[in-house]
Amino acid sequence: MEQVHPQRKWQDYFSFSTDHKVIGVQYLVTAFFFYFVGGALAEAMRVELSTPDPDFVQPEFYNQLMTMHGSIMLFLWILPAGAAFANYLIPLMIGAEDMAFPRLNAVAFWIIPPGGIFFLSSFFVGAPQAGWTSYPPLSLVSGQWGEEIWILSVLLLGTSSILGAINFVTTILRMRIPDMDIHSMPLFCWSMLATSALILLGTPVLAAALILLSFDLIAGTAFFNPAGGGDPIVYQHMFWFYSHPAVYIMVLPFFGVISEVLPVHARKPIFGYRAIAYSSLAISFLGLIVWAHHMFTSGTPGWLRMFFMATTMIIAVPTGIKVFSWCATLWGGKLNLNSALLFGIGFLSSFLIGGLSGVMVASVPFDIHVHDTYFVVAHFHYVLFGGAVFGLFAAVYHWFPKMSGKMVNETLGRIHFVMTFIGFNLTFLPMHPLGLQGMNRRIALYDPKFQALNELVSIGSYLLALSTFPFIINIVWSVFKGKPAPRNPWRALTLEWQTASPPIIENFEEEPVLWAGPYDYGIDTESIDGDEEVEDMLAEVAGNT
Amino acid sequence: MKIPSNIVTLIAGITLTLISLWYGQNHGLMPIAASAEAAEVDGLFNLMMTIATGLFLLVEGVIIYSVIKFRRKEGDTTDGPPIEGNVPLEIVWTAIPTVIVFILAIYSFEVYNTLGGLDPMASHDHLASHNHHEMVAMDEGNSQLIAMNGEKVALGLGQSPYLEESSPLNVNVNGIQYAWIFTYPDTGIVSGELHVPVDRPVQLNMSGGDVLHAFWLPEFRIKQDVIPGRESQLTFTPTKVGQYPVICAELCGAYHGGMKTTLTVHSAEDYQQWLQDNTIAQTPNSEQLAVNSEQ
Ligand SMILES: [Cu+2]
Repeated sequence: MEQVHPQRKWQDYFSFSTDHKVIGVQYLVTAFFFYFVGGALAEAMRVELSTPDPDFVQPEFYNQLMTMHGSIMLFLWILPAGAAFANYLIPLMIGAEDMAFPRLNAVAFWIIPPGGIFFLSSFFVGAPQAGWTSYPPLSLVSGQWGEEIWILSVLLLGTSSILGAINFVTTILRMRIPDMDIHSMPLFCWSMLATSALILLGTPVLAAALILLSFDLIAGTAFFNPAGGGDPIVYQHMFWFYSHPAVYIMVLPFFGVISEVLPVHARKPIFGYRAIAYSSLAISFLGLIVWAHHMFTSGTPGWLRMFFMATTMIIAVPTGIKVFSWCATLWGGKLNLNSALLFGIGFLSSFLIGGLSGVMVASVPFDIHVHDTYFVVAHFHYVLFGGAVFGLFAAVYHWFPKMSGKMVNETLGRIHFVMTFIGFNLTFLPMHPLGLQGMNRRIALYDPKFQALNELVSIGSYLLALSTFPFIINIVWSVFKGKPAPRNPWRALTLEWQTASPPIIENFEEEPVLWAGPYDYGIDTESIDGDEEVEDMLAEVAGNT
Repeated sequence: MKIPSNIVTLIAGITLTLISLWYGQNHGLMPIAASAEAAEVDGLFNLMMTIATGLFLLVEGVIIYSVIKFRRKEGDTTDGPPIEGNVPLEIVWTAIPTVIVFILAIYSFEVYNTLGGLDPMASHDHLASHNHHEMVAMDEGNSQLIAMNGEKVALGLGQSPYLEESSPLNVNVNGIQYAWIFTYPDTGIVSGELHVPVDRPVQLNMSGGDVLHAFWLPEFRIKQDVIPGRESQLTFTPTKVGQYPVICAELCGAYHGGMKTTLTVHSAEDYQQWLQDNTIAQTPNSEQLAVNSEQ
């Protein structure tokens, strides 16, 4: 096709661009940088934990590694990676030219790299050691400057997250093409609505908690410091009021991704569109009233524990609806088992385990046993790695042709999947019995009776580290040498596939036509002989003339 | 011969149920249960494992079956059947999890109540005295004062409503970086290890001085944070003689992993012996302590 519309130059990706596609790629690459940093910290922890004694790093430094690993993976990897796809995809999916507030969008992104570098710089003054939860009083007595840098960085990243959320909500609600009503927009947009609502409601409370914590730390006030009459439990309530929803903030975007990826590669409509859309909103709402389930052994009275047990367990219902609907989407389809769908299926089978253990830890008597043990570490890695990260890789493989204009190498993609899937389960599955048997978390030294399983976990984590190499090679090789991607290599129906790969600067040559619902696979083939009509339309959309 | 698919489904369903029922009882994932409370928690966990195993096999089975059975044939570019939903099916898979979590919530509530989590008399949450020595040596009069203090909020596990009134063995627990200190108010014994007799309820009155800690007995399935400035409590009845780890489960600093000690459950006679040995050994010591603290 004639290149009448100019494409982005590589320099644009290093500039203060207001193009949502450039910003999306900037988010994604930045997030991956911090993923590798956070992963390296995790590997250092696993080397330490391959023996019971603290012999590889000092225990103080182990706690720094642990705190930085958690904070980086949450605030600088999964959150920005979710925002990356939201930025890139929302305007394209709803047929808009850009986000509602492009300049604000660029500001939101450009807070992250300096914020992240500032955060990493804490290693020079002694990184924070109180865990990503930073509970006082420990956070007030274990290294002032590292802790203060942690607080300021999280405040910066939280601000970026709020700015992003304002943009997502406004864009989704106000900028859809006229034909697209709210029930014919892609499910990814629904999940970003639910995510943004949580960001907007939760983040200010975290900010308030951290500002007060900062006063305690620097000015010697005693909001949370019991030595001066403060109450450390109030901090926990404020912290988890944001940080429990934060789990959904991190995983909901990838619920959306899965709802996009599965129908395309299974060649079937999504099963239960409205059930999936509304269950995102239900999860978002319920996510706001479950925070104290992180405090079942803390300063919480019995009745409060019972209340939060009930609300937490109810979340299993909308989550179950999603999982069953995704399985039903696969059922009877024509599965094209490429890298994107493999990671989608990997998401489904791993997230399931995190969901099942999630119901278990919601039960107060059982949680009293496993709270702060490796069982919980296993649980949230099954949710955040098995859920969010698998979903994220599915998204990368699914939209890479759109973003780069090049196809990925499927063989390397499948190798990447197999290594990740095995490495992931080898790392996190044995953590369940470890926790049940009595291994507490956040420790550099442990009882020798746990050594065998810990060695297995460490081996799994090394495999997980290795699994990133086929991925990196694949992406770098494909960007430069990959086969050019057509507009619509997957024959998908959402609007982002109606424009060039990569899309032109103003997204669409002319206003895109909504000639089918986002998941209407197979529908037009039923009434007519063969599938000529859909083929024709697809051919037209794909520009294969 | 073609076996009708509903018979295959039935057989698969029965197999799945039998495997779940068996695994729920035989997973062997928990350490030994050495307290009355542990038996309760394990019953609950076994039920949850049974349900989880069933759901796991069902969903993973569907996924694996789909991957094998519904693979796209080479060169096939047609779409699958345009099924957009199925209301009865969706009602079923909304209703079943709802019923399951309802049952689990009720059962968990029952177990929690049996553990003493809702014991109103044990419920006190007050700002403990800032005087460290007073806290450790809390006596009868002091605890009455607390009860009158008004704010009754349960922190931890109190007396089980199903146990007949019996006087529990009181032990005061103090958590500091990185050690546990146990004080026996009846005898004045101060120890770095916890010793209790078998089959008698034990009530731990816990307080902390520096940062948060959590008192955890894995073989007893009980845990409670120790919070500076607050009292918390754990009540349990040991049922098996032996030695068990006491672990700090809340991050409390660099050597958090080293903050552990031993709980010894004695037979009644051995416990008397231990009391005698230690009362004698400790008497000069505790006088010394008193003298020290006056200085
Ligand atoms: Cu401790």
